[in-house]
Amino acid sequence: MAGFLNSVRRRLNLAPGANSGSGDPVVDELRTALSPDRVRYDGAERSLLSRDASVFEGGVSGPVCYPVNTAEVQAIMRIALKHKRNVVPRGAGTGLAGGAIPLGAPIVVTVTKMNAVIEVDTADRIAWVEPGVVNLDLTRQLQRSGFHFAPDPSSQQVCTIGGNVANNSGGPHCLAYGVTNAHVQAIEVVLPSGDVVILGGTDAEPAGLDLRGAFVGSEGTLGIATKIAVTITPDPPAVKTLLLSFETIRGAAETVSQIIAAGMVPAALEVMDQRITQAVEEYVHAGYPTDAGAVLLAEVDGLAESIELDATKIAEIGRANNAIEVRVAADDTERAALWKGRKTAFGAVAQIAPDYYLHDTVVPRSQLADVLEKIYAIADRHELLVMNVFHAGDGNLHPLLVFDGREEGVIDRVHAAGAEIVRVSLDAGGVLSGEHGIGVEKQEYMDEFFTADDLTHQNRLRQAFDPGCRTNPGKVIPRGHSCADIQALNRVPKGVWA
Amino acid sequence: MSVSLQVTDRVLLDFAVEVGETGLVAVKGNGTRWDMGGPLASDTRVISAPTGIVNYVPDEMTATVRCGTTVEELHGELATKGQRTGLPERGGTVGGALAVGENSLHVLGRGRVREVALQVRYVSDDGKVITGGGPTVKNVTGFDLPRLMVGSLGTLGLLAEVILRTNPVPACTRWLRSETIDPFMVNSIVLRPSCVLWDGTSTWIELEDHPGAVDAEQGRLAAVATVEEVAGPPELPANRWSLSPSALRDTNVFGDGPWVASIGVGTVWAARPQPARAQDAGVAALSLAVKEQFDRAGRLNPGRTAGVV
Repeated sequence: MAGFLNSVRRRLNLAPGANSGSGDPVVDELRTALSPDRVRYDGAERSLLSRDASVFEGGVSGPVCYPVNTAEVQAIMRIALKHKRNVVPRGAGTGLAGGAIPLGAPIVVTVTKMNAVIEVDTADRIAWVEPGVVNLDLTRQLQRSGFHFAPDPSSQQVCTIGGNVANNSGGPHCLAYGVTNAHVQAIEVVLPSGDVVILGGTDAEPAGLDLRGAFVGSEGTLGIATKIAVTITPDPPAVKTLLLSFETIRGAAETVSQIIAAGMVPAALEVMDQRITQAVEEYVHAGYPTDAGAVLLAEVDGLAESIELDATKIAEIGRANNAIEVRVAADDTERAALWKGRKTAFGAVAQIAPDYYLHDTVVPRSQLADVLEKIYAIADRHELLVMNVFHAGDGNLHPLLVFDGREEGVIDRVHAAGAEIVRVSLDAGGVLSGEHGIGVEKQEYMDEFFTADDLTHQNRLRQAFDPGCRTNPGKVIPRGHSCADIQALNRVPKGVWA
Repeated sequence: MSVSLQVTDRVLLDFAVEVGETGLVAVKGNGTRWDMGGPLASDTRVISAPTGIVNYVPDEMTATVRCGTTVEELHGELATKGQRTGLPERGGTVGGALAVGENSLHVLGRGRVREVALQVRYVSDDGKVITGGGPTVKNVTGFDLPRLMVGSLGTLGLLAEVILRTNPVPACTRWLRSETIDPFMVNSIVLRPSCVLWDGTSTWIELEDHPGAVDAEQGRLAAVATVEEVAGPPELPANRWSLSPSALRDTNVFGDGPWVASIGVGTVWAARPQPARAQDAGVAALSLAVKEQFDRAGRLNPGRTAGVV
């Protein structure tokens, strides 16, 4: 990353530290508190960090800080408080809902240099990590110990555990193991006041309110996590991965619904439609059938004596739903290939069109097939290509609208189709987001899911942590229900559905 | 329109009217943990939460239940479809179990109570029905108010109705006892015991899975120690402690009298109460700020403080 940033600076003729704080009075104080090289104010850096992995543009970053420890984060918060400046925490910037986009030129606090695995205790099954630790790096470090970190979002090769905490991230294997909240025991947090607290605890039943639980998934609006105690999970002794292919996506969706109804909770149940399996095969040759209407990846893990029975039952349910093929991965190599295909699906889409908009809603599992049919109809009506690859086991849909942004009017059609997708999900008894969060993307839909009184209560939680509403303002809670200073944010990113 | 947008259930609205907008008020379930959190202010009006299982959808593994319903009644209904929840079965109500937040004895197998609630509906300090969370098994829509309500002892809102995550009951449950096994080795011999208890002499192990898998796990234990099948767990002393799992090795701290420790969890049931755990001043201040935001007149379960035994 540093090399890339330097090349950008060279092209723009910006030496490191250029524009050194001119026009922003807090920069000198931040540089004194951290070090000059870890407080950036040059245009290249601020421009890069004005975006995240979402489609939204137009964020405006103030000074960009790279703290290396809790004391430096605390110093940043106190300087921000003194100057009444807003602060936006940031991990790897892989969020898809615009949660890390800086609004109104706040101080951006990037935690990527706080990337140490502080302590691993296999007896208590816990690891203390800094927020900048990359999700997959923790599992890699644990590899020889027989443990892993269970949340496995598709971006796990780059996303940080601090970001996972902010978004309460999921992933394919969260079906059986639970999302991030279930794997976080305690969090050291620098509050907007600059005070440092530890929320939760590593004992059996930490005393007091579950402020830990409230903090996880708060999208960086309640403070900045500086240390996180996560649960580490024993590697299962046996794993079986099945690939089931179907003529139609309805066959795959109904198989998923019936597996759950049969009283099984497999480790993962992932569905991909034909459009995405064809793209993946072109891209990584995962071994998916390209002539099937849909593919279901089902994984069971645990004791060998147990998973054999579950795998047999899943295969039977698939065949009862007219599966074309039921294949069990023969070895770890084939299993890895099947998962590589699933986890690189979004990258494979680049072969089809230069842009995509990935949605994230959840519907009851029994509604999957009907909602998917409606999503295909919505895309057809808006003359868009939609691909579906999703966490079917927990009803978490990820419709992928694929387009070329250079085509005139296409962005409007993408947004219109996206709005309809959200509404059919809500009509089916679903929710706005399963794992991407609200960010700026779905703020204005919150009114369609919660009452004004519900949102007032969410804002009460926010204000207890952050009375000045200075930490990641303008996110999650929609205008009209949130802190007054959101009204004062003078710039809303382009593309936000306001 | 979303299923959770407007509350129209007359039972919940009547409960909100009963809570009202003024005066001290508390909800009592079956009173199994009634003294937890400190003494209730003497002039508090004590009411009951509404009862009844509203909607059980076994195919979705969710159940909507009013909070005055007993856990026993709920689990009885779920058992007809081979399911259960992670709530403890100790004679209380669903609302009481969530408000207290104590985990089930079987927490290793069934998960923590704080993970059970998908959606909460509670009555606020100003008598309104508030919804937090959502009806699906996965959801990050807005701040996680269900997590905040669990263990809050009704000091932030009075629980009226919840949607709970249900789980399948394994085909086979078996309790084993051994006097020769190292209790701290059990979790490395078997994969996912639902409970491991130790009283300093005997170790009790609960295995849950398919029968063949339970047999295999029992065989692995029998290869290193003498184990016998027993009817269930031992009697538990009255006082509940919370420690880290590795702190259980120092049994001197439990004092004289019987004790039973939950290995891999950190819960201890002992004859004497756990010494008071000091709360960090910063966390206490933050907790007070939350309380003041949610209960501005201090009328909900007055006298109680979450975390005070």
